[in-house]
Order: sequence, then structure tokens, then C-alpha cells
Amino acid sequence: MALHDCDYGTPASDSSKKVTLEIDGFSVTVPEGTSVMRAAASIGIQIPKLCATDSLEPFGSCRLCLVQIEGGRGLPASCTTPVAEGMKVCTQNERLANVRRGVMELYISDHPLDCLTCSANGDCELQDMAGAVGLREVRYGYEGENHLKAEKDTSNPYFAFDPSKCIVCSRCVRACEEVQGTFALTLDGRGFDSKVSPSQNQNFMDSECVSCGACVQACPTATLMEKSVIEKGQPEHSIITTCAYCGVGCSFKAEMKGAEVVRMVPNKDGHANHGHSCVKGRFAFGYAIHKDRITTPMIRKSIHDPWRAVSWEEAINYTASEFKRIQAQYGRYSVGALTSSRCTNEETYVVQKLVRAAFGNNNVDTCARVCHSPTGYGLKQTLGESAGTQTFDSVMKADVIMVIGANPTDGHPVFGSMMKRRLRQGAKLIVADPRDIDLVKSPHIKADYHLKLRPGTNVALVNALAHVIVTEGLANDAFALERCEVASYEKWKAFVSQNRNSPEATESITGVPAETMRAAARLYATGGNAAIYYGLGVTEHSQGSTTVIGIANLAMATGNIGREGVGVNPLRGQNNVQGSCDMGSFPHEFPGYRHVSDFETRSQFESAWGVTLESEPGLRIPNMFGAALDGSFKGLYCEGEDIAQSDPDTQHVHAALRAMECVVVQDLFLNETAKFAHVFLPGASFLEKSGTFTNAERRISPVRRVMTPLAGYEDWEVTQMLSNALGFPMNYKHASEIMDEIARLVPTFTGVSFKKLDELGSVQWPCNEEAPDGTPTMHKHQFVRGKGRFLLTEYVPTQERTTSRFPLILTTGRILSQYNVGAQTRRTMNSVWHSEDRLEIHPHDAEQRGINDGDWVGITSRAGETVLRATITERVQPGVVYTTFHFPESGANVITTDNSDWATNCPEYKVTAVQVTKVNKPSEWQRQYQEFTDEQLALLKKRTAAAG
Amino acid sequence: MDIEHLVRMTNDIASFFSAEPATAVQGVVDHIKKFWDPRMRRLIINHYLEGGAGLNDISRAAIGQLERETASLRSAGDG
Repeated sequence: MALHDCDYGTPASDSSKKVTLEIDGFSVTVPEGTSVMRAAASIGIQIPKLCATDSLEPFGSCRLCLVQIEGGRGLPASCTTPVAEGMKVCTQNERLANVRRGVMELYISDHPLDCLTCSANGDCELQDMAGAVGLREVRYGYEGENHLKAEKDTSNPYFAFDPSKCIVCSRCVRACEEVQGTFALTLDGRGFDSKVSPSQNQNFMDSECVSCGACVQACPTATLMEKSVIEKGQPEHSIITTCAYCGVGCSFKAEMKGAEVVRMVPNKDGHANHGHSCVKGRFAFGYAIHKDRITTPMIRKSIHDPWRAVSWEEAINYTASEFKRIQAQYGRYSVGALTSSRCTNEETYVVQKLVRAAFGNNNVDTCARVCHSPTGYGLKQTLGESAGTQTFDSVMKADVIMVIGANPTDGHPVFGSMMKRRLRQGAKLIVADPRDIDLVKSPHIKADYHLKLRPGTNVALVNALAHVIVTEGLANDAFALERCEVASYEKWKAFVSQNRNSPEATESITGVPAETMRAAARLYATGGNAAIYYGLGVTEHSQGSTTVIGIANLAMATGNIGREGVGVNPLRGQNNVQGSCDMGSFPHEFPGYRHVSDFETRSQFESAWGVTLESEPGLRIPNMFGAALDGSFKGLYCEGEDIAQSDPDTQHVHAALRAMECVVVQDLFLNETAKFAHVFLPGASFLEKSGTFTNAERRISPVRRVMTPLAGYEDWEVTQMLSNALGFPMNYKHASEIMDEIARLVPTFTGVSFKKLDELGSVQWPCNEEAPDGTPTMHKHQFVRGKGRFLLTEYVPTQERTTSRFPLILTTGRILSQYNVGAQTRRTMNSVWHSEDRLEIHPHDAEQRGINDGDWVGITSRAGETVLRATITERVQPGVVYTTFHFPESGANVITTDNSDWATNCPEYKVTAVQVTKVNKPSEWQRQYQEFTDEQLALLKKRTAAAG
Repeated sequence: MDIEHLVRMTNDIASFFSAEPATAVQGVVDHIKKFWDPRMRRLIINHYLEGGAGLNDISRAAIGQLERETASLRSAGDG
């Protein structure tokens, strides 16, 4: 794969009208609105340029791209000059050459002449342009005033800023504005004094910079450069793969030097990210080679024994013998497996196959259980498919954007940037969130309505919005009556019309002023294309599924579904949440969302796998814990997931893990769950394996192996070895063969293959005979289930109530720089932005408790107690406190309870009644946690010594 | 498995389906059959047979129906 993409200089025009012109005697036809520079590039004529790049709007400052146009005056800049019918352009002649050389002379007269030792040597546009214009001398000398001694800023852990090399082309400033939307950079001063300035002349770390890398990507010189390139030199080849972090699923070029990744560069042709990235995907990949990686299998009899390093053969045989022993002793249903959304589709597929075919039961679940399982349930019930309805690009056609319980700029930053771009173009914004997330107010963005509701009242809010839409006659009856079940629609209208669902009646529940709810509902229903984006703030509640149903009801009632710019869009937390669900990782359904009791489906899998399959659903994650504690569940194979940290009611989870006889963890690191394990099987990072991830827009993207697995095997190979040892043969030679099997068995995947992904780059399912190139927008002409179905969504308050003993509501969330349990990002420099989980508390609540910013505070719930430092902020409302869960020692889940969504058992992470008090020492749980961790690390160390 | 927790889960399911009283009991039965592991179903049925403390009216009717269906399957040799 070539390292450098073709740069057309300016963005493409999407006009359908064509214009024909002549450039250097060649005829060219391009869409109206195309720049002369881009038109020339499209026929292979490269006009010299410095300030132009095709990810940014033209700026016309460098004066290098001047051209001569027949009949025109002067020498216009080709980047800012649009094509015109019959135009005749000359890009090269003596006059132009002289002007360009003169411009380059001025640039070079204030630029260090250290090309041979410069980090951009070989990848510098200034160097290229000097060559292109034939610069042979600089007449001005270097004695005059210059910027050569400007001080470097190395404060950012991932890139350096060397202003002595800056040509003030403004590409970085514009990238920060146009691509990222943060507006952290500016050009300070005028004329010769002009300089790039982060925020108010601060260094990068102290500025508002979010380290997305867009400025580094845009810089044509070595001014902004990755420290990894400064240290290691220019990469020599690249491989396109897919990011292993959030549900956006950005495409990246892994730029390599031999088998070493030098940098990850966002792929300009990536269909989800279009060349943009965030601080995690762009920079936080160093965990893959972190010293904490365990690359040798280990076993032990008891969790208080030292680990014994063993061969793969011994580890696999030991695991198989233990699972056979347990099943012989406790029955077929006493073992099960868990996968993670960090696993590829192929890995999750073979794990569920192992469970169903080799274990002989359906005890398989995945971490989507604790995040988006209500999405699967709610959308299946109403629309007929457990998936989001749109592409990410669809947001660019939305007129009204409603964000409910999601924080895209932190959780899904690249999509958040796209959303902000649309908002800056004028789309209206409704935010429903208990906190002041960044979207509520940030540079050039302001929510039209912020519905700052109380945690746990989503259903009441959604019902109130529906009430206004129906009772004020704003529903799209024509759509709903034609596309949906009429009886269900009429029943729903009667239900939401009841006065008890009105904004006035629910105001005391939600805390949102009735008039604000009414205005938001009117905007959603009448503002044009209206799209809903939601996240875990919707799903992780006791009524998570009900809210998802309510959201689908809103979209159907207003006709906001089935075309671009609208839809129901779940923002999936991790990269492969959608895919792991698609692959049959839930205990009640086979791949493709078909219930295990369905005879025809089961027969199909039985025939393909040559084994009789169980027709009853298996245990879900929380049920596995319950069964472990009552003695009926004894063996767990856990791939890539860290239930000991991520699942609620930590004490309960830890007790369940201790109660099992064989816990097998397959992971990169000795994570929290592995401390309770009897077998450790080393996992492979996303850089070490082949497969696919499916992002939040149903987009299947290739994961390509760029380096050899450190422990010798890709994860699916380990599962295959275990299956073979258990007596159920699997003989895949490559991950592509697993996808081929999936395509044979899953109707929505019949057109998917690695070959197709190589050809198209990515594809959105359904991809089959009816849609060979995939399906960007779902439910276009009819819903997957035929007619859309409205369901009634009665508001039922959570049982987790505040009392005088627990007067505050704790809600949890995530932060930009860290990812999920933090196992990856904590092992990168991302921790400089967030090195501990803190408790956000409103000044009023803090003052009442005598808490100052930075104080240690105890947070006590009905489930347990932990201690964090306090951050006093008005981002949270009085009565609500907030924390993240990226660090195990924080024990955020020590205080969350076992309450869960009624339909799916998705935990109610977002509502826990707590008390907060000032303390001066860690909690008892934290003390015990540290003791246990010290013991486990010592046992690991002993293993290292034993293995030599 | 904690029976109190299963009772709470059953009542939560009933709360959703009770929005449509005519189909509420069947809704709860279908949901539990579709999503609950058999050992969970056995536990809640046993609890029902022992008096079903804590189950609300719809839950009680649903688990009763589930028990009768399971019993008839068992007597037909499919249970």
C-alpha cells in the first residue's frame, strides 16, 4: 500500500451539473463548483501548492498555485477559482514559474535548512515544492529577522510543535476548525509576527487541544510531527486496518517500518471517518507492545497459587480436561463463555460455535449485555432489526439532531466532529442529558434545547415528547398509517395523549420545564429531517428497552425513518458491539438474530456443524454469576472481556468468580478478571490478527494483521485449538474462512467476504443478493418486520430511590482520552489527560458537605463504598454526582447495584442512590482490592521467575 | 440464584406488559420462555408453587401459566 494518498488540493464538489474546460490543452469535465486545482489534479496535472489540501476548504494564502486563465486578469489562485464552462487554463509558463520561485524564495529564507536531519525528510511538501518550482537559490540570505530560534513545544505526549519550521499556511488552524471543530488553534499576530497559537498563546497541553491529530495530519512540513516519527524515522509501507476503540470504527493506515508500527494515520478513504481520527485511535496504540503483555500461556490450580508458564498444548489440554471434568461432575449446563466487543466478528462467531457445538449448551454472552442489549431488543420489537438505521454520513442531511443520553464528543469523537460540522451549517440541536455535555455549549455550537432531566426519567421524557407531537397534531399520520400497524399506532396515540403523559404532568418527574419539552417536541416533529442519536444514557437503565422502544415510536410517528438525514441511531460504545450481537453472541439466538428455539434455523446450523443443538436459551452474564453462587455454574471461558471491573456490583461478581472451579481468561494483560483465573491464554491485539469489526452503522470493515501475534496465535486460532481438544473439530485456516461460513448461514451476510471488503473497503449489512453492495439506509420502503409496530411505554420509576440516607444520584460515563475499563489506554500516554477517576459534584452539594475541589470523598450506596477525589463543577445538576470507571482501583462498580433493564438484564449503571462525605482514607473495599492485587502481581512475578 | 432477584425481574417484566392488560400475562410468559435459562424458570416456578411470595398479580398469573405449560410438556414427554 502506498504511503501517500493523492491530494486533489480542494474538496470534491457534489454537484450533479458538469462543466467542461481546458487545462494545458487537455479537455476535462468535472462537477460544477470544482476548483481549477482539483480539476487539474483529476487529469494528473499537479499545480504546486502549500496551503491547500483536499480535506480543507480552499484558503488562497500561499500564492504558489497561481495559474493563468485565458481572457482573465492577473494570476488567480487555482485553489479558490472555480471552474467555468469553456475556461482555458495554463498551469505552467515562464511567468508563473518566476512568480512561484519568488514565493518559494521568501518561504525558504525563513526556514531552517536542515532537510537531511529533519523528521519530515522524504515527507515534506515544502521540500517537494522547492523541487517542483526549480528553486536553485535564495537571494535574500538568512541574516535578517527570522523565526529560526522559535522555541519548540513538546508538551503533547504524541506530537511536537516546532514553530521554526512553520510557514503559516494555516492548514493546522483550519483543520482544528473545519475537521475537528474544536477551534483550539489560531493565528496570532499579523504579517511577519503571525504565528500559530494554541488557545491564548499556551502550549498544546495547556490549551483546549483534544489531540485528535488533525493538525499534524494537515501540516505540510515538520512543524507538527508525531514524536514516533521523530524518534524512528519515516515509515516505509502501510496497511489499512480498522481501529480497535469505539463504535465509530475508523479506518486507519498502519504506517510501518518492517514489523513495527511507526504511526497510525486516519484513512482518507475510510467510509466511517473520512480521514479523521481521535486521540485514542490516532495515538494510543502503544499498549500493543507494552511490557505488561503476557505472551506465554499459564495455568494454576487455585487463584492463590503462583502461575505456571506452560506450552500452548499443555494450557489447551488442561483447559479442555477441566471443562470435561466439570461437565461430567456438574452437568452439561455448568460451563459457558463470554466474548467482548473488542473481539472481531470471526472470534465471537467461533466462541459461540464452541459453546453451542462443543459445550453443548447456549451459555454464551457478550459485553453488549451490559451496554446495548436494550437496543437489540427495542429495535427488533418495533422496526424488526436489532441495528441502527443510518450511515454516519446521514447526519450531514439532518435538519434537527436530537442527542439522548450520549456524549459523542467524548465517546464517539470522530462522529462527534461530523455532527458538529452539520450543526455549524445550521442544523438544530436538542440534547437530553442530566449533565452539561460539551455539545450543550462549545465553540460555535449551542443546543437549541437542553432537556436536563433527572437520571432514570427517560421514559417519562420520551412519553412527554410523544404527547406533544400527538396532541398538537404534529404526527405524520400518513406515514404511520401506511408503514405501521394501524391498531398499534392508534393505541399508542391514545396512550401518549393521556394527560398523565403531558409535559406539565411529567415536569415534576423529569425536572425539565414543560414549555422546554413542548418546544423540543415541536422542533423534532416539524423541523425537517430529524435524527435521534442515543447512547448508554438510554440503555443502561431499568427501563432501557422501554426508552429504545419509545425512541422508535417517535421516529415512526413523525415519519423520520427510511431515508437519509433521519433515523434511530444507537451510538455503540465499543468497536464491535454491533458485530458481536450480529454473530449470535447472546444466549437466546443464533447468528443473524434467530432464536435458538426456531426449528428451521436450528436445523440449518445443526446440518452445517454436524451436531445436535440445544433449543433452550442459556444464561446471560448476570445469570451466570447467580448460577455460580448457587453452585450450578462452574467453568467460564472469557475472551477479551474484563467482567471483574466492568460489571456492576463488584463484590457480587468477585464472589461469583471465586466460586467457579475453572476460569479461563484470554487477554492481552493480567486484567482484573484474570486475577481470579486458573488458566491464562495470551490474546492478540488488533494489530496482530485478521478479521472484521462491525461499527454502529452496521459497517463491516477489515481488520488486517500488520505484525505477527506476540504469543504466536490469533485469538480465533486459540478458540479453535480448544474446540479441537474438546472433541469438536474446527479446521479454519484463515479468518476469511470463518466469514465465508457466516455468509453461508446468515441471510443478511450472504454477500460478505474478505474479497468484497478488499474491493469496496467496507460494506454495511444487509449485504446479500438484494443488496450486493450493502444497505446504507434501512427500512426504506418497508420495515424489516413488514409493518412498524408501536408499543406502549409506561413510565415505571426505578426502584433505586433517593432517601435521607442516600440523597444523591450517581450516574456514570466515559471520557475522551480513556476507553472502557482502561486496560488499553491506561497503558499509553493518554493517562496524562486523565490519570484517575474523579467524582463530579455540584458546588451546592459540595458546600453542604464541606467538600473542596480535590478532596477525598467517600461514596456510599446500598451496594458498597468507594473513595475518589472530588471535582466541583456545575456540569452536573444539584442532587446528581458523576464518575467514570476507567481505573480498577476506583471501584466505581463497587457502588453500582444489581438493578437491571427489565427485558435484557442490562445493568442500571446510570442510576445509583448514594451519599457523599469527606473522608481521609481509602474504603475498606479499596484496601482489600490493593491487598488482592499485590498478591496476584506477586504470583505473576513468581511465574516469571519460574519460567526463567 | 437469588429467588428474590428472580421475583423482582419477573415483576419488572410484568410492569412493562401490564400497559396492555389483555395480553399482559401472555407477554410475560413469552418473554420468560424466550430469554430465561431453564434453571431460572424452574426456580421461579418452584417459588410459585411454594406460594410465590412477592410476585404481583400479573407475574403470579404468568408463572402459573408457565408452570401448567411445563407440566403438560413434561407429561407429554417433552418437558
